[in-house]
Amino acid sequence: MKRIPIEYAVLAIAVAATVAVVAPARAQTPSKTTYSTAEKIARGKYIVTTSGCNDCHTPWVMGPKGPEPVMSRMLSGHPESAVLPPAPAAQEPWVMTASATNTAWAGPWGVSFTANLTPDAETGLGKWTQRNFNETIRTGRHMGRGRPILPPMPILMYKNFTDADMEAIFTYLQSIPAVKNRVPEPLPPVTPVAAK
Amino acid sequence: MKASVLFCALVAAAAMTAAGAVQPAAPAPLPRLLSETGLFEADSGTVRADVIAFAPQYPLWSDGTRKQRWIHLPPGRAIDTSQPDAWQFPVGTRLWKEFSFGRRIETRFIERLADGSWRFASYAWNDDGTDAVLVPEDGAVVAAADAPGGRYSVPSRNDCLACHEGPAVPVLGFSALQLSPDRDPLAPHADPARRDYADLRSLVAQGRLVNLPPQLLATPPRIRARTPTERAALGYLHANCGHCHNAAGALDGLQLALAQYADSGNDSVEQTLRSLLGHSSRFRPQGAASAQRVARDGSGHMLTLRMKTANPLARMPPLGVQVVDTEGVALVERWIAGDLQRPYDLQLSRGDLR
Repeated sequence: MKRIPIEYAVLAIAVAATVAVVAPARAQTPSKTTYSTAEKIARGKYIVTTSGCNDCHTPWVMGPKGPEPVMSRMLSGHPESAVLPPAPAAQEPWVMTASATNTAWAGPWGVSFTANLTPDAETGLGKWTQRNFNETIRTGRHMGRGRPILPPMPILMYKNFTDADMEAIFTYLQSIPAVKNRVPEPLPPVTPVAAK
Repeated sequence: MKASVLFCALVAAAAMTAAGAVQPAAPAPLPRLLSETGLFEADSGTVRADVIAFAPQYPLWSDGTRKQRWIHLPPGRAIDTSQPDAWQFPVGTRLWKEFSFGRRIETRFIERLADGSWRFASYAWNDDGTDAVLVPEDGAVVAAADAPGGRYSVPSRNDCLACHEGPAVPVLGFSALQLSPDRDPLAPHADPARRDYADLRSLVAQGRLVNLPPQLLATPPRIRARTPTERAALGYLHANCGHCHNAAGALDGLQLALAQYADSGNDSVEQTLRSLLGHSSRFRPQGAASAQRVARDGSGHMLTLRMKTANPLARMPPLGVQVVDTEGVALVERWIAGDLQRPYDLQLSRGDLR
């Protein structure tokens, strides 16, 4: 019987050990980890349209069947042309007020205006990077470093999106039509909430 | 054993390492008490002899708190300073910054781990001042009689990262420019130089900095400004804004470059001026049709408006500040009125720089 050289024996043991280590790890990894741009856009569109993004970031008008989003201004945030009077004073337990467009919200935090999520370079997310987007959602701060993201943005829930879903959402948002719309800066609280 | 056998064994070891079988040991959890982080002598409040005190020439404004800072390097290890603006700190580096409002209230802690990453923590001092306890990741608000409103906010871990992950290296106040022996006498809120505070020369002499370009010792780093006021204002903006607003970090898309560099001659000064003078501001006050960071015609400057506004949703910096730094604002306004409102040629010549 022909003897196997010791080099081959050691190599076989090493390969077996490597396979033993790597194989279980691969078994737990999803079979697909990279997606095409088209796949990301499709996934992002699904998430955006099922997670309520249009509810606040697309302005509403009153139609024959009630309030409906103006899809020609899809995800462009509070219309800069909609200059609002001061919000009515809040009185507990009613502490929040929304504009008719559903894009401006007054509450104990002040007045928040929903952001322009379209890829317009000057007024939307056109100059944002994936990192800016992720850090905003994960930290609840504008671009991960600035002022707090204000209610009613559900940061506490959205920060749980996976990295893959965040990439899909941002890829989709960068693919939609750009709308030039400079959303006003938020206003600080001016009237303390009246106790009941 | 033949060399080929050894080679096979090495291949196997490399494969197993690549597969994750051999990883650096997970770091120990953060100590619960500050006294367990290595700052003090055992059972004592005395700072250890091998811990180095320092004070940056341009300090961060923190609502008027008094601050002390220390660094500890592992024995026999040094910081590689071959890149003057991106020092490489050895694994095991630890830094502390203590904040006092009448009494010690918080100490922040940074540590470089075995895998090269950094971790950040905050410790809140007890009322007796005997020790400080690790603050939860979400931060905390603690009572402090001398703080604005009697309350002091300890930052969350995310807030730590917001500032410290902005530049190339997450250590902000321990750099060639900040430790230059050529200290700026007009820097607001700066600690006076002290013999027991480290600077570039002492650290090189002690062997704690290696590969520092010789010219930075011969001619210590200095912001290459045209006037003393400009030098101090640029230093102030560097320390308070430049960690986020720089040309290479997460916010580079904003094209606002307020960081200064030890190794750039006057390039960083020019870059700052170009990003400010006549540059449109994305931030607009309510009702304003346009706005500029620093307006050429002397009308409203968003740079200083955002520094001094009472609106917490608009104020800069957005973290760690509740009280406007009137001295810092006055310096920047003096610089804009005195140096930036006259006809300005951005092709600076070295003869203009002091």
